[in-house]
Amino acid sequence: MLTRLKRMLVKEFLQMMRDPRMRLVVFGLPVLQMLVMAFALTTDVTRVRIAVLDRDRTPVSRELLSAFTGGGYFTIIHQVDAMDEMTRLLDRGTVRAGIRVPAGFAGDIRAGRPAQVQLIADGTDSNTTAIILGYADGIIADFNRRLQGLQAEPVPVEMAVRAWFNPNQESRLYYVPALIAVMLLVFSLMLTSIGIVKEKEIGTIEQVMVTPIRKMEFILGKTIPYVITGYISMTLMFLLAVLVFGVRIHGSILLLYGLTGIYLCGNLGLALLVSASANTQQQALLTVFFIIMPCVLLSGFMFPIHNMPTVVQYVTWVNPMRWYLEILRGVVMKGVGIRILWPAAAAQMVLAVGFIVLAAKRFRKTLK
Amino acid sequence: MISMRRMAAVARTEFIHVLRDWRSLFLAIAIPMVLILLFGYALTLDLKNVPTVIWDQSRTPESRELLSLFDGSPYFSIRGFYEGYAPLQREIDAGKAMVALAIPGDFAEKIRAGRTVAVQVIVDGSDATTSRLAATYTRGIGMIYNRKIRIASLHPAAEGQRAAGPVELVPRVWYNSGMRSQNMILPGIVAIVMMVIAAMLTSVTVAREWETGTMEQLISTPIRGHELIFGKAIPYFVIGMVDVAIAVALGEWLFHVPLRGSPALLFAMAALFLTGALFLGMTLSITLKSQVLANQIAIVAGFLPTLLLSGFVFAIENMPLLLQALTYIVPARYFIAIMRGIYMKGIGLEILWLNAMLLFIYAAVLILAANRRLKLRLE
Repeated sequence: MLTRLKRMLVKEFLQMMRDPRMRLVVFGLPVLQMLVMAFALTTDVTRVRIAVLDRDRTPVSRELLSAFTGGGYFTIIHQVDAMDEMTRLLDRGTVRAGIRVPAGFAGDIRAGRPAQVQLIADGTDSNTTAIILGYADGIIADFNRRLQGLQAEPVPVEMAVRAWFNPNQESRLYYVPALIAVMLLVFSLMLTSIGIVKEKEIGTIEQVMVTPIRKMEFILGKTIPYVITGYISMTLMFLLAVLVFGVRIHGSILLLYGLTGIYLCGNLGLALLVSASANTQQQALLTVFFIIMPCVLLSGFMFPIHNMPTVVQYVTWVNPMRWYLEILRGVVMKGVGIRILWPAAAAQMVLAVGFIVLAAKRFRKTLK
Repeated sequence: MISMRRMAAVARTEFIHVLRDWRSLFLAIAIPMVLILLFGYALTLDLKNVPTVIWDQSRTPESRELLSLFDGSPYFSIRGFYEGYAPLQREIDAGKAMVALAIPGDFAEKIRAGRTVAVQVIVDGSDATTSRLAATYTRGIGMIYNRKIRIASLHPAAEGQRAAGPVELVPRVWYNSGMRSQNMILPGIVAIVMMVIAAMLTSVTVAREWETGTMEQLISTPIRGHELIFGKAIPYFVIGMVDVAIAVALGEWLFHVPLRGSPALLFAMAALFLTGALFLGMTLSITLKSQVLANQIAIVAGFLPTLLLSGFVFAIENMPLLLQALTYIVPARYFIAIMRGIYMKGIGLEILWLNAMLLFIYAAVLILAANRRLKLRLE
């Protein structure tokens, strides 16, 4: 049995590695994608482009505007003279927000009347808008404190916020490990299922079936190479994460590798399920995509799980990536061990075994 | 010259391929629907119900009032009261809480004495987005609480008066006044859906003919290269446009995303973008002659940039400069700007003409590329 399996493995590796373009797809693409995506995925909002309509033109109004640009949160790229000019800039998307200081602004302040500043924000990107409004609130509060000068009393309550595990709240430290989970899911599902379906489509699977190889050996021979390449690309990606993005793995690396193995096996089980039912590569591809999209979106990667409707939160339980992400964050960022991560690990194990058993059953039938 | 008859014949075979393979057809329609429903119902970036745990060492009316602000806010949901740091840490480690508040024992005394008291707030930084928003909202609640205390300490008659400073910020959000993330997501989804369907489906079409050997039979027929390419693209163009129509319909009737601009312009622009995406897949399929390779490259060159470098969820101006430069060659960037412009801003070609022209150039370049790469010859 072992010799047959070995032959099969040799054949698979030869097939995978003989085409230099394929070598690139297997090892190069995950790493390359992670590199680009890690730079792209950032929710840190800085240097918001704004236009300014200053009808007041007094030292006070200028001071207000310099308070906006001071912290590096806003950059004034246009000084406009009329409102329709500002409208045009917002319509075109040249600026994200506009600030309008009405005439008589400084006068109102001196007279002790409430002086208004209008902030017009482009709501098409709702998330950035929320952050921009937060910045502006803070800037105005500071400005008021400065205007009130000495008469400002000490604040009664101060919120001393500390972010654990990521003191500067850099989104990169959080997205980079998560990207590794995405890449492992995408590549193990796509390449494995297509690898098997291709033999079906071209008809070579029948030739394989007339050789003395057993079904289980065939399945193992088709999946083991992808466990190995999965581990290799995971190692490459973690190297990149540590060396380029400054991610520190706080927990046990051994645990990380162990639990990644379960994740990879579960993915391969899913891939086998897909390839058992698909007959053409196009079908396999679409089915895989149909599985990957919800897995990524419902994993807590970009969209927090606690924001989802309760029913959908339960649905995420059958999503292997959700558990793996919890494990990644636990081991890499929080540095916690199996004592805390066991529920996630157990859930992942149950899913992996379930997929593999189901796949083995379905697969036997299709090979007959 | 192009022969309509031969092109129609190719289109018919490809249609039969698609229709016979009901599963692929079903998926081509189901993927966009699932995506839209997920984004519409389940996925929001808006912060709400952040699980919060409390260690209240003060246990006074003052501290309870602060906590009632947290409890009453839609952003936080209090999940439990604990004694000591250890249980707070355990809850955060296990991911059961994302925010922990520790109110010191002298909270009430200090407030009564008019001194500043610090409430410790611990946020789980392993989810940077949520933690940053949660930190902002926590400070906001602190500000509200401070204002309440100040008003209470003033004359009772001052209750109605504004305790805020001399300058008041009047924020106004244009185009999307409720700041609904659905309004932002749906126009972008159309781009994603089309990239998936168009580039991924066509990336296998020509390669399939090479892999299964039917290309040699095609070569022996009088068909010309461009007839083959256009013929193969037609069925997928139809599927893509059906998907766009589904997306627009769902946006209109299910999610009530306002469509302020011209629907005709929307469909015209979608057709332009779709053509580019179709021929991107086609060019890859022709060049690489392998379904796996062409598809993987289609994902990397088509789908991922559309998802990540287009401004769909992650704003372009927040990216590093090098990556911002890269987004200029991502057609989805222009398309999503067009879609959001038509949907939310209600603007037309008078502003969007440059974006439209770039999409046109992109489609034209890819059609030419596909044409040039296809050589109906045996090797």
